[in-house]
Amino acid sequence: MRAFLGAIGAIAGKDLRAELRAKETISAMLLFAVLATLIFSFALELDRAARETAVSGVLWVTLVFAGMLGLNRSIGQEKDRGSFDGLLLAPIERSAIYFGKMLANLALMLIVGLVMIPLFTVLFSFVLFKPALVGVMILGIIGFAAVGTLLASMTVHTRAREMMLPILLLPVALPVVMASVRATTDILADQPPDMWIMWPQMLLAYDVIFLAIAYMLFDYVVEE
Amino acid sequence: MIEVRGLVKSFGLRPVLRGLDLDVEPGEFLLLMGPNGSGKTTLLRVLAGLSKPTAGLVKIAGYTLPAQAHAVRARLGVVLHHPLLYGELTARENLLLYARLYSLGDYADRIERMLDRVGLLRRADDLVRTFSRGMQQRLAIARSLLHGPDLLLMDEPYTGLDHDAARILDDILDSEKAAGHTILMVTHDPAHLDDRVDRVAVLSRGRVRLMTGADAARQRAVDE
Repeated sequence: MRAFLGAIGAIAGKDLRAELRAKETISAMLLFAVLATLIFSFALELDRAARETAVSGVLWVTLVFAGMLGLNRSIGQEKDRGSFDGLLLAPIERSAIYFGKMLANLALMLIVGLVMIPLFTVLFSFVLFKPALVGVMILGIIGFAAVGTLLASMTVHTRAREMMLPILLLPVALPVVMASVRATTDILADQPPDMWIMWPQMLLAYDVIFLAIAYMLFDYVVEE
Repeated sequence: MIEVRGLVKSFGLRPVLRGLDLDVEPGEFLLLMGPNGSGKTTLLRVLAGLSKPTAGLVKIAGYTLPAQAHAVRARLGVVLHHPLLYGELTARENLLLYARLYSLGDYADRIERMLDRVGLLRRADDLVRTFSRGMQQRLAIARSLLHGPDLLLMDEPYTGLDHDAARILDDILDSEKAAGHTILMVTHDPAHLDDRVDRVAVLSRGRVRLMTGADAARQRAVDE
């Protein structure tokens, strides 16, 4: 177990350290998130009612597409450079590779989420600094990173992987996006927890199920 | 050390290895030669556990692949076409990553020794993306030896090495052989048919067409 956790930490640490130096993926994700938020903000500026109903959808659509930019590069770069073989040669459970990559993707998406909270607060005049909303964002991002990392590992062998990932990922991640949007809408409307608690519960169940599926399937996914 | 019987590996409908048989004794240095497309790299990938055989038996140190590949990986040192390194990490950080993946104790000393052995100690803290192809290859060799494997699988390890670096690799191969480690090296170049080689296998169209002693192979190369 210690070796398993050590390998996860080594792989996630390696990805984040390399990203900290190159800043290629995170800058693309942040730039996309800021631009998308600005465009939605201008588009909905004149219609206060539309902004109130659309803000949670805008938040999650922006997060999902920014996240997809990172997912495509996360495994694709390893495959293109041939360095993925180095990870596969190591005497570790292959699912450790999945969890390491997933944690790195999760960290990048959380950084984007952290930037979006003040950005939305300023541009949409909604206070997003709410513990419940932050909790929902964390659960939603975990679910998206879990399924996204698995599907990115599957599509990396295909020729048109940049196209294949969104086509496969969006339908599978639909329950995450749906539950996250519904919970966000209710929390922003200051609804009592009884009204929205089932959505975070659903997100939690989704996260556990997809992490378990990835743990069981990753060996087969990376098999040549 | 290596036992291969009737190995078939196909990619889709295209067979690359067609019923290959091969035996390598412990402590032996086997040179694997053959024209492009004869299946040398594919054989090496199967032996490394990176590629699953379509049919046939593959055993390394008594363990059957791919079912028991996990037990074998820690004993393998593999050099492939790609150096399996990360350009955004320094030479030391690359080795540190692999030390952690292989759960090595006393890794700081090992890393220093390996960097010194391949002549990269002075560049230990430089990013690998600033290295020449030859320097990356030297670091790839250090990576493959870091955990003290007793079976080396090397695919064209002399690629990109200048005269001095080739001598470093010669010394490494001599000491590995002296330590009783088994070496299987793929090459196109008959110049590597030197004294340390015990036998030569020539692959053609996915089968071993010729298995001969090194002296006979050298004589044959001179005659041709």
